Amino acid sequence: MQHAIDNGHSQHAAGSHDHGHHDQESMKVLGFWIFLVTDCLLFGTLFATYVVLKGHVDGGPTGKELFEIPGFVAETFILLTSSFTSGLAVLAMNKGKVNQLIGWLIVTAVLGASFVGLEINEFVNMVNEGAKISTSAFLTAFFTLVGTHGLHVSVGLIWMIGLMVQLKMRGITPVTRRKITVISLYWHFLDVVWIFLFTIVYLMGVM
Amino acid sequence: MSQHSAGAAGHGHGHHEEHEDHGSLKAYVIGFIISIVLTVIPLLVVFQTSMNKTGVIITIITMAVIQLIVQLFFFMHIREGEGPKYNVMALIVGLFIVVVIVAGSVWIMSFNSVVQ
Amino acid sequence: MYASIKSFASSFFVTGDPLIYGADVSIALTSIAILFVLFYFKKWGWLWREWLTTVDHKKIGIMYLIASLLMLFRGGVDALLMRTQLALPNVHFLQADHYNEVFTTHGTIMILFMAMPMMFGLFNMVVPLQIGARDVAYPFLNSVSFWLFLFGAMLFNISFVIGGSPDAGWLSYPPLSELSGSSGVGENFYIWGIQISGIGSLATGINFIVTILKMRAPGMKFMKMPMFTWSVFSSSIIIIFAFPILTVTLALLFIDRYMGGHLFTMDGGGFPMMYINLIWMWGHPEVYIVVLPAFGIFSEIVATFSRKRIFGYKSMVFALMSISILSFFTWVHHFFTMGSGADVNVAFAIATMAIGIPTGAKVFNWLFTMFRGRIRLEQPMMWTLAFIPCFVVGGATGVMLAVAPADYQYHNSYFLIAHFHQVLIGGVVFGYLAGIYYWWPKLFGFKLNERLGKYAFWLWNIGFYVCFMPQYALGFMGMTRRVYTYGWDMGWGPLNLVSTIGAFLMGIGFVFQVWQILYSVKYGERDKTGDPWNARTLEWSIPSPPPMYNFAVVPVVDERDPFWEEKERRNFAPAEPVPVAKLEPIHMPRNSGIPFIFAACWFVAGFGFVFGWNWMAFTGLAGVGISLLVRSFTYDTDYYVPLEEVIETEKAAGRAV
Repeated sequence: MQHAIDNGHSQHAAGSHDHGHHDQESMKVLGFWIFLVTDCLLFGTLFATYVVLKGHVDGGPTGKELFEIPGFVAETFILLTSSFTSGLAVLAMNKGKVNQLIGWLIVTAVLGASFVGLEINEFVNMVNEGAKISTSAFLTAFFTLVGTHGLHVSVGLIWMIGLMVQLKMRGITPVTRRKITVISLYWHFLDVVWIFLFTIVYLMGVM
Repeated sequence: MSQHSAGAAGHGHGHHEEHEDHGSLKAYVIGFIISIVLTVIPLLVVFQTSMNKTGVIITIITMAVIQLIVQLFFFMHIREGEGPKYNVMALIVGLFIVVVIVAGSVWIMSFNSVVQ
Repeated sequence: MYASIKSFASSFFVTGDPLIYGADVSIALTSIAILFVLFYFKKWGWLWREWLTTVDHKKIGIMYLIASLLMLFRGGVDALLMRTQLALPNVHFLQADHYNEVFTTHGTIMILFMAMPMMFGLFNMVVPLQIGARDVAYPFLNSVSFWLFLFGAMLFNISFVIGGSPDAGWLSYPPLSELSGSSGVGENFYIWGIQISGIGSLATGINFIVTILKMRAPGMKFMKMPMFTWSVFSSSIIIIFAFPILTVTLALLFIDRYMGGHLFTMDGGGFPMMYINLIWMWGHPEVYIVVLPAFGIFSEIVATFSRKRIFGYKSMVFALMSISILSFFTWVHHFFTMGSGADVNVAFAIATMAIGIPTGAKVFNWLFTMFRGRIRLEQPMMWTLAFIPCFVVGGATGVMLAVAPADYQYHNSYFLIAHFHQVLIGGVVFGYLAGIYYWWPKLFGFKLNERLGKYAFWLWNIGFYVCFMPQYALGFMGMTRRVYTYGWDMGWGPLNLVSTIGAFLMGIGFVFQVWQILYSVKYGERDKTGDPWNARTLEWSIPSPPPMYNFAVVPVVDERDPFWEEKERRNFAPAEPVPVAKLEPIHMPRNSGIPFIFAACWFVAGFGFVFGWNWMAFTGLAGVGISLLVRSFTYDTDYYVPLEEVIETEKAAGRAV
């Protein structure tokens, strides 16, 4: 055991603040990745519950009777596009263009908001048809699974607006750069989860 | 490597490399197009073909898994970044356990259909 | 007006039980005493600056430790109440419903609010020091985790005097825990208390994984990490994969209760066994979460007090990592009797037995480490030696329970109770106590008194066997868990009496430990060297208690047991001057009050949901959101400790600068 005297440490004192930041920020991105993995587990558990309880309709309506094909197909393409535009936002950030970055974030947020709007509309229609969360085990599992995803998207929207304000205030710095990287990961992740909702809940539901 | 110790490795670069780190427009567009195709195929399979149920389920789940992989590579850039890929390792173990949870639950709980 | 207040109060507060009135009075008196001390000595500012807002992992660790000891007291009192009730046949010390509450809170508190925080306390106190880091990867998040745990634990504990305790068992199986079976607020307290602290646990898991991956001292490769750090790493891996399952499971139960869902109800197509399937997907890994760090502690202690390297380092690491993965493949053994079919039961029985292999390998490694070592019988080593036979018996009865057909005989009997207490007390509690005795001088700068510690040790150990060995026999005699009383004709009286005596012996042991701590604060042997045990790893190379920044200069590691090797080198060449390292300003995170406020808002939200007061619940959630936004807009989160301050601190600790 010796002591690190020269090995990059003097560099630190010489005021290379950016390096410290760079390491810290990349560490935060890693932490966020691991958080996303735990979120995968969260959705995995909800999927397990849904799949097991799918047939437990208790004489109530089934997915085939309830799901409206144009609605969920539109939601799918809207969310996929927003995932793409959030990627374009990251590209703009890498080019150092703040306004373009904020522009793409606005597009992403608008698409996200219309996704949430469509989903709320879908839920309201179902409830009006008498398919409530308390109707059957199948519907409880359905509303919980899809609703949890919708909640994630909604939280992401608020977060995204907060970040746009920060970008306006501070421009692109190592810290805001990391924050945008993280939210774009989050947004892509939500789209990936939706692919499985689309496949396992909706497509297999209407079959 | 600790943020405080700032060792020699992995520090010889500034922000220059990060431009390549996060993919290019081309990668995003390709990823987007492939994803659209992989979304349209299941729709066609479910609504337009007369494949049997098992075949349809296998096809659409395969498409979903492929789209997952495509988005991981083209949108989430799991290949990039410096040092060991801890995020990828965590993701692989996590996805494995998700499969255990879902498949395990279905297997264990299927007793109900036998008992009832 | 008066009448409506009165009727509200009688449903809001728990009434009608003299034990609970006694508790009300003692809670009120303690709170008043604490407030008085804080006002009288004008300690509010100190409390806020030094503790409530701290992001220092050592202080957070100490707070975890204090909270977990309080919870050990609460859970222990529950245990003694139960054993008093069961001491003789036909006792009516507790009513049936009160007994249900007591065994529920005993289990929940001991696992989630005692073992978990004691474990996190040890994580925090030791890991950064052991890997040569100045803090964890995310100090702010670490503070968030602690306050979430504490407010979750408080929410769970106030159910005792407000609204009524949960009474559906420590895992709240539906349909009993559904509205149809438990219409009171007790189950809501259960759900929200665990939910809030569970989010904190998950965050701690992420935090320590990244800390260990990214913050190790230069040169400390994976295979040079201390064993405790390895065990924390493997335990954190299980945490991040298991805790989301718990979060979802409890949320689903709450959806049933709050929104009228039918996931686990008996009607509406609900499927109660699905809850049991899900909760054990978390629950079984959970026991490995708490036991693996104990294994790590034993590995450190055995090596230090035998003055030898740990035997079979690589196999120890391999065992830890394989247990952390295998632990996800055994959950069905908790409900073999559900009758899922021979194929399912066989698969999970084999997986369960397979875990015995790496665990057995670890036991042999500890024994071989001691073989021909120069063993010193100090307190940490005594607990380690007590652990080995206890855990071997507990493991063997575990394998008996893993035999699926035989499990139909043991299921939910006192045999099971004896088994899991043997692995949880003999493994986890003994392990954590050993760890506390071992690292106490590092954190506080003095040793815990030896003589009082020995009394406590023998009381705990004799008490343990007197308490639990009869329970194996009672299980075979047909006594099932959760019965609140039994008749003379059952023939269970004598063994139950013996068991109760054992429980009280352990209780006296705990009293000795409290006395030991108080006594040692005043008279304990001070540690001036920083290395009171002649130990092997990096944490012992710095002063005790460590300065705020831990390491004035980040060490460079080139072998396992780096501090031991360094000492050997110096002994070999004493003339060689100790190199004096160049000090520099140190980069540290700033304290923050947000974690405390954030967690307090969760508490408000949880309390609102418990009583179905949506205005309160959503106010709390709004507070949660605002705290997060405020943090997101805070950019001034760290600072540099000036060089002069570092030099002064090092000089004060008697270190060459």
